[in-house]
Amino acid sequence: MTAATGNGAEALSDGAADLVERLLAGDRRALARVISLVENRTGDGRAALGQLYQHTGKAHIVGITGGSGAGKSTLANALALELRKRDRTIGIVAVDPTSPFTHGAILGDRIRMQELAKDPQIFVRSMATRGEIGGLAAMTSDVASVLDAAGKDVVIIETVGAGQDEVEIASAAETTIVVLTPAGGDDVQAMKAGIMEIADVLVVNKADLPGADSLKALLLAATTSASRGRLETPILTTVATKREGITELTDAIDEHRQRIERSGERESLRLERARRQILALLRQRLLEEALRAPSLDGSLEELVRGVAERRLDPYTAAARLIAD
Amino acid sequence: MTDEQPIRVLIAKPGLDGHDRGAKVVARALRDAGMEVVYTGIRQTPEMIAEAALQEDVEVVGLSILSGAHAELFPRVVAALKERGINADEILLFAGGIIPDDDIPALKELGFQEIFRPGASTQDIIEFVRDWSAKQRDNGAKGEVAGGP
Repeated sequence: MTAATGNGAEALSDGAADLVERLLAGDRRALARVISLVENRTGDGRAALGQLYQHTGKAHIVGITGGSGAGKSTLANALALELRKRDRTIGIVAVDPTSPFTHGAILGDRIRMQELAKDPQIFVRSMATRGEIGGLAAMTSDVASVLDAAGKDVVIIETVGAGQDEVEIASAAETTIVVLTPAGGDDVQAMKAGIMEIADVLVVNKADLPGADSLKALLLAATTSASRGRLETPILTTVATKREGITELTDAIDEHRQRIERSGERESLRLERARRQILALLRQRLLEEALRAPSLDGSLEELVRGVAERRLDPYTAAARLIAD
Repeated sequence: MTDEQPIRVLIAKPGLDGHDRGAKVVARALRDAGMEVVYTGIRQTPEMIAEAALQEDVEVVGLSILSGAHAELFPRVVAALKERGINADEILLFAGGIIPDDDIPALKELGFQEIFRPGASTQDIIEFVRDWSAKQRDNGAKGEVAGGP
């Protein structure tokens, strides 16, 4: 499995090359190790992705997003079980927040996915956000790619609360499920965070709570104006803890993929995503290189001080760094 | 980018007792010490714990038990890990909970490097995990993942 990679690909160490080979042969531990390499942003991780990329593009990438407590993990659990009934293999990437103060994280999504641990065809990986602005979406997408290359039919990305990160992470998915609940003013939150626009499927979870019907009505009114004028966004009700509405949800996800396949939207989504990935990486690499330039020694601190003391404006400071 | 890769830890509770306060205190303490702690909740079978350790690629596994079933369950966890190609000496295996003196030698023999009992401070646990991880990384046990940006 030593496929040629293009120019500029990083060299894969022998150990990592062996891991990639084992991953492609179905070794789950190798899969776990490669995900760590990618997550830790090692050279080996990038090189492994380079090797694996040609094996990606087959999996259906499904994003699940929504406020904390909306039932995303429980829904992912129920969805995975239903998909297994349909003989699909599953990868799940569950993201939890890193504390900005201690840099530690509690990754607790497995608590709601107990049943999945018994099935070797389901691979669950918890991930901390590690507080990297803009980098999280790329990392989630890379980990999803590794699971894709490992042959998972469906890869579910479950994100943290709401916010801009959500929108970015969802952009890695082909089908994005936005989960709301009747409790807790989610309707207002949804409008605020602008996550309505990214929803391909809207789910009212905990639909056995009072207020579910009015939330559904509200969503119906909201989606007609926000649905980008393309596909009608289905609105479904579920009670994930009781597995109610899961068959319908799974159908809706499958239908969405078929629809974007037929309409050609899947192809344009792929182009859009590829462009965004390249540009994001370019931005990151240029920034890293610029900050590593030896001429920068001390001058950044000098400029920082200058801007803080109002002797200099930030635009001029940035321009000077580029000029150097 | 990141200065150092965070230590990834699995905290799990095998067996049937539902008292997870100790496990949660330890999980939170390790998080506050900058680690990424996968917490799986109560009533885990040995297979579930081993599977989580494999999928999450953790370097540390901490088991909490209060029911007295450690002599029964801990060897099964070690066996389930081994079945998945994870030997007890590749990872840091430790335990906490109510475990009598007499049982400790057998657990150490199994590969448990430390047993923290009631009264142990979370600081001791943090330092223990950190020391082990630092040694492990120094030894280049992670040689195959070398090569940062």
